[in-house]
Amino acid sequence: MEVDEIIEGIFSGNKRALARAITYVENDYPEGKEILKRIYSKTGKAHIVGLTGFPGVGKSTIVSKLTQEFRKRDKKIGIIAVDPGSPFTGGALLGDRLRMDGFDSSKPLWIDPGVFFRSMSSRGRAGGLAAKTGDVARLMDAFGFDIILIETVGAGQSEVDIIEVADTSIVIMMPETGDEIQMHKAGILEIGDIYVVNKADLGGAEKTEKWLKTMLMMDQETVSLLEKTTHRDESLVESGKIYEVLHKKGWMPPVILTIAERGKGIKELADAIEEHFKFLKSSNLIVEKRKRRMSRELFDLIMDEIKKELTAGKLNYKEIVDKVVKNELDPHTAAEMLVKKMLG
Amino acid sequence: MKKIRVLVAKVGLDGHDRGAKVIARFLRDAGFEVIYTGLHRTPQEVAMAAVQEDVDVVGISLHSGAHMTLVPKVINYIKEYGGDPDEIVILVGGIIPEDEFEELKAKGVDGIFIPGTPIAEIIEFIKEMVPKKKKKAKIKKTT
Repeated sequence: MEVDEIIEGIFSGNKRALARAITYVENDYPEGKEILKRIYSKTGKAHIVGLTGFPGVGKSTIVSKLTQEFRKRDKKIGIIAVDPGSPFTGGALLGDRLRMDGFDSSKPLWIDPGVFFRSMSSRGRAGGLAAKTGDVARLMDAFGFDIILIETVGAGQSEVDIIEVADTSIVIMMPETGDEIQMHKAGILEIGDIYVVNKADLGGAEKTEKWLKTMLMMDQETVSLLEKTTHRDESLVESGKIYEVLHKKGWMPPVILTIAERGKGIKELADAIEEHFKFLKSSNLIVEKRKRRMSRELFDLIMDEIKKELTAGKLNYKEIVDKVVKNELDPHTAAEMLVKKMLG
Repeated sequence: MKKIRVLVAKVGLDGHDRGAKVIARFLRDAGFEVIYTGLHRTPQEVAMAAVQEDVDVVGISLHSGAHMTLVPKVINYIKEYGGDPDEIVILVGGIIPEDEFEELKAKGVDGIFIPGTPIAEIIEFIKEMVPKKKKKAKIKKTT
């Protein structure tokens, strides 16, 4: 498929065109970049929702049930399901489609014209997402999906990349996965806009719920504390990470008990997701959130361009490296020189 | 380099998925990205999954004896959903009588692998066929 054909297809609801565009973007083809450039003006409308949690906690099942619930509300749904790619062989077994049973459980959801499902390998990347997940979400956004559900790799404690992509992050837990202290460990439990305790029919769900709520109350304290303190880590403030904690101001993340397999609690979860999007918009936090995210992304893209420029050879990068190795030039002067030449 | 993506599918009323799972696992270890559909899918569902996932290979596992009906249906639905079976390697595995190989191939199947086939043979076949079919499809389109 040619680029023009793909772009026209994306804007006219051709799923085959979207699928091919994702392939180009995922594999870093020049066509992919061209497509991303040309669809960008049509993005920014979809609500991007991330779901994360331990392997086996019920992420895929919740995605499936949520999709059904949102379809009842007449929303079009794009789904990106990330599974781990092997750092050893590069291969991956992408098995999230297995859980995508539909309304009458005899028809899977992806046959529904208002649903598009794509599996992605993380390709050995840590953090819970594939490198191109954000760009793939953008393609789906341009295609016209109202909600884009991103299911991360089964995450442990520190895979928090999802907040770089999602407007609303959902952290899914289940009973009996540790004691109270686990709730206060840094990382994944700091990022939720909504918390879910799935498999709530297992013993201990209320205990998990109570611990989560206690943890979240302390988070609210943290927010007001951080505003007063002068000791916060300035480098985190710079990178915008701390913002992801601070932006919870005015939003108390709900804790929702679900039994996803039987559809229990899914309606409440869907309500909470819509509620959070409303909150982001009415408080204008969505603009701020996306601004910070874009500034980081733009920075990364600029760095990529600079690297390309350096290795392209015009600046005699290799010769300069040789000079530095031979102690004829110090690396700081070399870097300053190169940047000056580049801006030149 | 682009990763080879493979859809491993079970079609129809056939609950024997050990073979499909074993194949999925070894193709993973061969460095492919493997998507498994789960049991009891219809030809439409398999075809739609193949199109959305933009796979290079569709491997259909059948132990029910319905391969002559179901496999061509999958291929036709891929076409109907805008996919191009000319550039997708179509494989069939499972209990397939040898005297039906030719007919299946005439209907668009590229490779048939029955129980006892060494895994390495399947992996080599895929690695060889994926670029070959892509090239052929491209030539066909431009002429």
